Amino acid sequence: MSGFLVRRLGQSLVLLVLVSMVGFAILHLAPGGPMSQFASGSDMTQEDLDRIAEQLGLNRPLPVQYAEWFWRMLQGDWGRSFRDGEAVLNVIGSHLGATLQLMLTATLLAILLGVAIGTLSAIRRHSVFDTLATVGAMIALSIPTFWFGLVAIYLFSVWLGWLPSGNRSTPGDGSLPDLLRHLILPAMVLALVETAIWSRFMRSSMLDVVNQDYIRTARAKGVPEGRILLRHAFRNAALPMITVLGLQLPTLLGGALVTETVFTWPGMGRLFLDSISYRDYPVVMGILMFSATLVLLGSLLADLLHAVADPRIRLG
Amino acid sequence: MVDFRTDRRAVLGLGAAAALAPRVGRAQPRPPERPRGQVVVGLSQEPTVFNPLMPGIEVDQGVWWNLFSPLWFTDPEGNLVADLAQDVPTTENGGISADGLAWKVKLRPGVTWHDGTPFTAEDVKFTLELINNSAFRARSRVGHQLVRDIQVTAPDEITWRMERAYAPYLSILSLTFMVPKHILGAAGDPNTAPFNNAPVGTGPFRWASRTAGDNITLTANTAYHGNGPFLERVVFKYIPDLTVLYTQFRTGQVDHTSIQGISPPFVREARTLRGRTIHVNQQASVEHIAPNLEYGPLADKAVRQALYMAINKRALIDAIYYGLPTPSESFLPRQSWAFNPDLPAHRHDPAAANALLDQAGWRRGAGGVREKNGVKLEFTNSTTTGNPVREQSQLLLMQDWRAIGAGMRVQNMPAAVIWGEFWQQSRFQSVMVAVNFTLGADPDVTPRFHSSAIGAKGGRGQNNYQFANEEMDRLLVLGATQFDQAQRRATYHRIQALLREELAILPLFQRADVEGVKEGLNGYRPNQNCSSNCWNIREWFWTA
Repeated sequence: MSGFLVRRLGQSLVLLVLVSMVGFAILHLAPGGPMSQFASGSDMTQEDLDRIAEQLGLNRPLPVQYAEWFWRMLQGDWGRSFRDGEAVLNVIGSHLGATLQLMLTATLLAILLGVAIGTLSAIRRHSVFDTLATVGAMIALSIPTFWFGLVAIYLFSVWLGWLPSGNRSTPGDGSLPDLLRHLILPAMVLALVETAIWSRFMRSSMLDVVNQDYIRTARAKGVPEGRILLRHAFRNAALPMITVLGLQLPTLLGGALVTETVFTWPGMGRLFLDSISYRDYPVVMGILMFSATLVLLGSLLADLLHAVADPRIRLG
Repeated sequence: MVDFRTDRRAVLGLGAAAALAPRVGRAQPRPPERPRGQVVVGLSQEPTVFNPLMPGIEVDQGVWWNLFSPLWFTDPEGNLVADLAQDVPTTENGGISADGLAWKVKLRPGVTWHDGTPFTAEDVKFTLELINNSAFRARSRVGHQLVRDIQVTAPDEITWRMERAYAPYLSILSLTFMVPKHILGAAGDPNTAPFNNAPVGTGPFRWASRTAGDNITLTANTAYHGNGPFLERVVFKYIPDLTVLYTQFRTGQVDHTSIQGISPPFVREARTLRGRTIHVNQQASVEHIAPNLEYGPLADKAVRQALYMAINKRALIDAIYYGLPTPSESFLPRQSWAFNPDLPAHRHDPAAANALLDQAGWRRGAGGVREKNGVKLEFTNSTTTGNPVREQSQLLLMQDWRAIGAGMRVQNMPAAVIWGEFWQQSRFQSVMVAVNFTLGADPDVTPRFHSSAIGAKGGRGQNNYQFANEEMDRLLVLGATQFDQAQRRATYHRIQALLREELAILPLFQRADVEGVKEGLNGYRPNQNCSSNCWNIREWFWTA
């Protein structure tokens, strides 16, 4: 196990360096730059723009900029945002809370509902419930999230007036009930799509398991149906879900751009989009490295959990 | 406050000043004695720069107006009004010497910073010196770099000498916010000082908190030296999507839609909302086609004249902009004291445009596109991608110009790309853009139209059009050194006439922004001379 861990971590580090080099090059070679936002304004001349670009070190050769960024990052200094001068880690940290709140709620809802619907669909294959669940999942997966979001806002905020149309809290309030009221709509919209995904995975996994020999044997031995489903079928069908969950880790912390935009949710997705739009290189690179680390950690975690949950798997 | 729904024409006619006219037979609401309530201001861009001397955009400046104070500011009518200064210096009151070189400013007594420290002339000196500090990332040094020999002659009096007379400096100072010497002066590096994310000013509101990506909250400064504040709290809420911004205004979560206001497609519905007042505010910026005057066919004045005549400006304004903006022939807003009302009016006349091109030797070739000496009358037009209103305008222009044998192709790009070197180094063929050419309320356009300001030729300004004209150069130098307004007006009238004659830009219209205010909120006064209509939140209050 320890040999496996060392090998995987070593591979991950090499991958991270490669990701940083490619990401840095693509980002800086793309046309435009952080000074563009000031260029059409009224009071900054070309002289001002050139001077500030020089002060920010944007005119130096790309390899020099990369080497300096990489060296500082190794020492824990991820740089400062070109937009607000905040340390990149603080910028990421300040958006993580909102993303975690939304994504955890939506993912928990989606897992609970998706696993239940998927299991029931598999058990009652070709029933009315199964057909409805399949059609529902297809609809949820086919329609864009922003459309669901706008319909939900129109229905529950504009028309019925039950829930706020966006934001994380009411300015000046921020109590728990207020936070929960604001969380309902975005979490529901996000969970809707995720439920569809989880239910399809679970249905397929459950169908694989219920046709296995050991289930037939259990039935032949007279084990009660409920016990067969819960103790034998469900437990084994849930194993592939660990991989899905592990791969979802970056998504959990990466945010949901569309939902965050429609519901004015100050999370990681919007931070990434804003940072790209303003060519805020230090923040974009910070998010890139953060996401890459999460992807690698997520898949490593999934492998480890799989080995723990399934005695047939041996790591080494 | 006038309800737009009652009489749209009246509001358009009377402008911003009319919005303050008292309703007949109704008592004017009075502000509360102590700050009360809060206002949520919706913004579609996020304010992120809180040091008012560093590079920031309009949305940042909206926050600065509430945290900081300039020596004087420009009111909606274009008058300079003293703020931290006791009086606005002029040649008449002796604040500026007759040759424009010696300046003396007397400061208002009893002003304190938010932390209670008294504001003095040392702070003004520090601010001006910091702007010129080579290690500091100052937003702009235009005008400031001419300041020499700053002397604090008393705690409430400061003098300096200008390297040469520069009349726009009064206006530049109206947008220069003072910063505290006792805090920023003590910081090691002013570029990364903690002050930049927890600012201390002399403005009507104090810094309370910021949730990055979401909101900024300010609270009332009860020791403020001016009128107000009457609100306990101001929340600047970042809502990136304009549809969502409008929805939150509609559902009441936002009290005022500031930058970028309400999109034209929502305006008709917005006017029917109960308890909401909709304001159409003429902006200082002018939407225009920016030709690259060094690019092939666009270098020919006859081509520019023909292209301008071929534009169906009225159809463009009515069909795409819902008739909200005002057609313009100048780079200056109609409300400017220097605006020239006698410029030749645009005439939509494709037949005359065709005749002009024929006369100039541009003959129709294959595919109906004209050409002359092997040069085709073809060019690209670029603007920011994802701006549907501008994209529709481009389609209309394409049709208009095709009718006179001019081929235009759309080549749009993301903001970070188009406004980079493509714009700054004149790599475009033509661009559709809105520019506020004024410096505060000052009409000086030296950085935009002087031949020494062409970035692509090593210049230091923003003459991205590459306009070079000897008479213009002479007039710009003259205008910037005149302190008598009547004389300056004559100079800038000629500058506008010259630009209209040469069509260095093809002016389309003076932009109009639509902003919404919740009923019961008083004091909103749009001001095109400031960068944001949040400039006077200190005077806002809720009807009791």
